[in-house]
Amino acid sequence: MGAVLTAGDLRKGSKLEIDGEPYLVVDFEFSKPGKGQALYRCRLRNMITGIQFDRTYRSGDKFNAADLEEQGMQYLYNDGSAYHLMNTSSYEQIEMSAEQVGDASNFLIENLNVSVLLFQGRPIGLTLPNFVELRIIKSDPGIKGDTASGSTKPATLETGYVIQVPLFVEEGEVVRIDTRTGQYVERVKS
Amino acid sequence: MDLREREILAGKKHFLELRSRALGLIRNFFNREGFLEVQTPVLTTAPAPEPHIRAVSAGGGRFLSTSPELYMKRLIAAGFDKIYQISPAFRAGERGRLHHPEFTILEWYRLGADYKTLQDDCRKLVQSVCESAGPEIFYRRGDRTLDPYAEWGRFTVRDAFQKFAGWTPGANPDQDRFDVDMVEKIEPKLGFPGPCILEDYPAGQAALARLKQGEPETAERFELYWAGIELANGFSELTDPSEQRVRFEAAIVKMQAEGARPNMPEAFLESLEHLGPCAGIAFGIDRFVMLLAGVDNIDSVVAFPPEMA
Repeated sequence: MGAVLTAGDLRKGSKLEIDGEPYLVVDFEFSKPGKGQALYRCRLRNMITGIQFDRTYRSGDKFNAADLEEQGMQYLYNDGSAYHLMNTSSYEQIEMSAEQVGDASNFLIENLNVSVLLFQGRPIGLTLPNFVELRIIKSDPGIKGDTASGSTKPATLETGYVIQVPLFVEEGEVVRIDTRTGQYVERVKS
Repeated sequence: MDLREREILAGKKHFLELRSRALGLIRNFFNREGFLEVQTPVLTTAPAPEPHIRAVSAGGGRFLSTSPELYMKRLIAAGFDKIYQISPAFRAGERGRLHHPEFTILEWYRLGADYKTLQDDCRKLVQSVCESAGPEIFYRRGDRTLDPYAEWGRFTVRDAFQKFAGWTPGANPDQDRFDVDMVEKIEPKLGFPGPCILEDYPAGQAALARLKQGEPETAERFELYWAGIELANGFSELTDPSEQRVRFEAAIVKMQAEGARPNMPEAFLESLEHLGPCAGIAFGIDRFVMLLAGVDNIDSVVAFPPEMA
């Protein structure tokens, strides 16, 4: 059980538990109509489903802080029905669904160290390192002098995901990718 | 001095110049209208007991002023007929885009007038300041334009609730429902493009206001809104000392239940014995300058917001 918060403690970025689910305060406004009471207007985002809604709280309203924890894990494998990861401090193994892993699966490769967000000990999200290095398994050779296409071409990564890379990047090479933008950064000498 | 602070303050220069100009224009307006500028204590023994306003304790049984209201009425009771004041006011626990625990309040009072006269004052004041504040003021609110010369809106509280919230509050509406709907459904609709008067509050929502003649469920209180923001709160003053004492006693009971220890403002109650019909209003300077500046946070128009104080 997390610490108890009152509405007056809420800020943008506060994480609280409502009906057994974790919510992030994405927008927050203190309000006080005329001679009326203090009100706290919040936009909340469900940290599992991503659904947002607005709610107004009064000063006496109380919440439990969401019991959240970031844990370093190593990605092991996907058996077709779930992603398997290992807690790097306890060596305990956990499973995550494709839905929980989300877009991170585009750049998720075996043995990669990631951060898993746990709510009451259960995994609800996965954060990749800011940069990952992945091998290109398929890309047609670039056509010399072709600048009309913006000088990029599609390339398939070893995860199966397709990104845009400069023409000089060749099949079999390893590239660095910024996972926050999903963009090619540079070629890595292997 | 920290480099960041110097940058922040230098970045506000334009807004602080506008603020200075607005304060000058406000003083010009009231001086021209024959008002006397007064100053009353900031350190006080008994702020008006109001349930949702928490005074900052200054130690030794004193508090920082939550508003100059009671002193202004003591002056009116002594025969001053048109007075105004620009002063700091303090309210504990208020911090947001439109709230600082220390803010600047403009109050003016008129002997022998009612809240309707104050509404006219508001229109003349706002238009007069906007006219002279300088060409660079741009009234903007998101993608909407504000226009102080457009026809001002006007709703009674009951009509506004009926229209925007779908129910009609009686004399003593449920406080939670009233406040939440006011903030969520009504305030955001008021004051586009011209300012808007919201008037005739349920009697239970106006601790220091006179009730309407022949309409005891309604108080002669109004609020001025512009761009969905509450700018001023004015009313025909309650001048009956025994009725005022009863309302203060009720407020004190509520405040004590929340752990506050308010004092009864005895000197003020005594002065009410001599107070003729009058009306007074509090007007938020920080918010007004914020709107003139076209920004959406009072931090921008205050040199040192609370966290820098």
